Amino acid sequence: MAKLIRWGAFLAVVAVGGGLWITRPMPLAPDTLTGVTGDPVAGAVTFAAAGCASCHAAPMAEADAMLTLAGGRAFASAFGTFYAPNISSDPTHGVGAWTDLQLASAIQRGVSDTGAHLYPAFPYTAYAKAEVQDVADLIAYMRTLPASDVPTVPHDVGFPFNIRASLGGWKLLFARPGWVVDGDLTAEQTRGRYLVEALGHCGECHTPRNALGGLQTGQWLRGAPNPSGEGRIPDITPARLTWSEGEIVEYLTSGFTPDFDTAGGEMAEVVKNTAKLPEADRAAIAAYLKVVGAES
Amino acid sequence: MIRLRRYAAVATLSLALAGAAIAASHVDPAVAEAIKTRQAHMKAYGAQLQILGGMAQDKVAYDATAAAAATLASLAATDQSAFWPQGSDTSVEGSKALPAIWVNIDDVIAKAGALQAATATLATAAGTDLDSLKAAFGPVGAACGACHQTYRQPNS
Repeated sequence: MAKLIRWGAFLAVVAVGGGLWITRPMPLAPDTLTGVTGDPVAGAVTFAAAGCASCHAAPMAEADAMLTLAGGRAFASAFGTFYAPNISSDPTHGVGAWTDLQLASAIQRGVSDTGAHLYPAFPYTAYAKAEVQDVADLIAYMRTLPASDVPTVPHDVGFPFNIRASLGGWKLLFARPGWVVDGDLTAEQTRGRYLVEALGHCGECHTPRNALGGLQTGQWLRGAPNPSGEGRIPDITPARLTWSEGEIVEYLTSGFTPDFDTAGGEMAEVVKNTAKLPEADRAAIAAYLKVVGAES
Repeated sequence: MIRLRRYAAVATLSLALAGAAIAASHVDPAVAEAIKTRQAHMKAYGAQLQILGGMAQDKVAYDATAAAAATLASLAATDQSAFWPQGSDTSVEGSKALPAIWVNIDDVIAKAGALQAATATLATAAGTDLDSLKAAFGPVGAACGACHQTYRQPNS
């Protein structure tokens, strides 16, 4: 009997250990950035496309103050409240002391400098699909931005979601490689897909989530409840978004809808970012949105 | 006697609940009217923006006289304080005005001032030529969006 218990305990340890091993944080391979040089000028455009400042600028910051990535903005969710961390170039309170590889691993694998899992409030599952060159450019640009010594606010997340090791399981379930919209796309639609599915992480808000917070990709961009509790985030598939491509481009440029209402809420911040992209990129986003859901 | 008291307690509770339900569904007519009025005012902006925006976006031919006749600036300069009574926020059916408006009223007034300035500039530029109109139109959109970003409940 004692032997059986000992065996049981042994197997339990193996199971937990195996689970932790399978779900361990996996940073990028050490040679990922070998031979890649970041261009801070190109990185400014990537920074806008990826919407970094919308979450990481200080709450209520406007205009140039948005380039100080002091963090502090609160994001309510079903799992608790997340606070955007300070990712400014400050070596103590920001990420100025992180290596390029550590930053790239955070952006594309959701792994911190100390090798811990990061919460997916940070859309690394989308950024995972970004080109390494774009990530390198982005990091080079971020290093040119001002430092802030505002300390990062700890997340206010309850049990069991406060156990970061559990995020490995989440990643295993929901961090999927590959594109949602597949099939034959034109070069323009492919560019749009990259901007929407990878850098722009549009699906993070416009796609509904399951009980564990995983994106329901079968409902891609079909709208979702607003996690803040205020209203709904709209369906932007062609079934509901009936604007012409030109009208979508105008919206992403000036914020005006076809009947001259304007973008509101978080989308007003998104428009500030898309307005900084080349016109061709906004047209690419519009071209992509027109083919979403066409395959189903 | 005990039974009677219990009846009385139940009756009192029912009345209280009914009262609460009525209070929740009952909207002060003055508040309802204010919401209707400011929404009409917003639609009036939309109509003027349609005229100017159609030209700015090259959807209709530029017409200096029509552009100069647009009344966007006078709409923006209208004193709207009566349209925004305390309590006319998202707690009222049909209102998308977030309660933060009345918390940050100084910021709201500053943003309204920015809209007045942008529309005044546009009013001068609109009749000059198309390029001037285009240049002055964008900042108006930004001024509209600045308020909608923070103070309007997102569309459903």
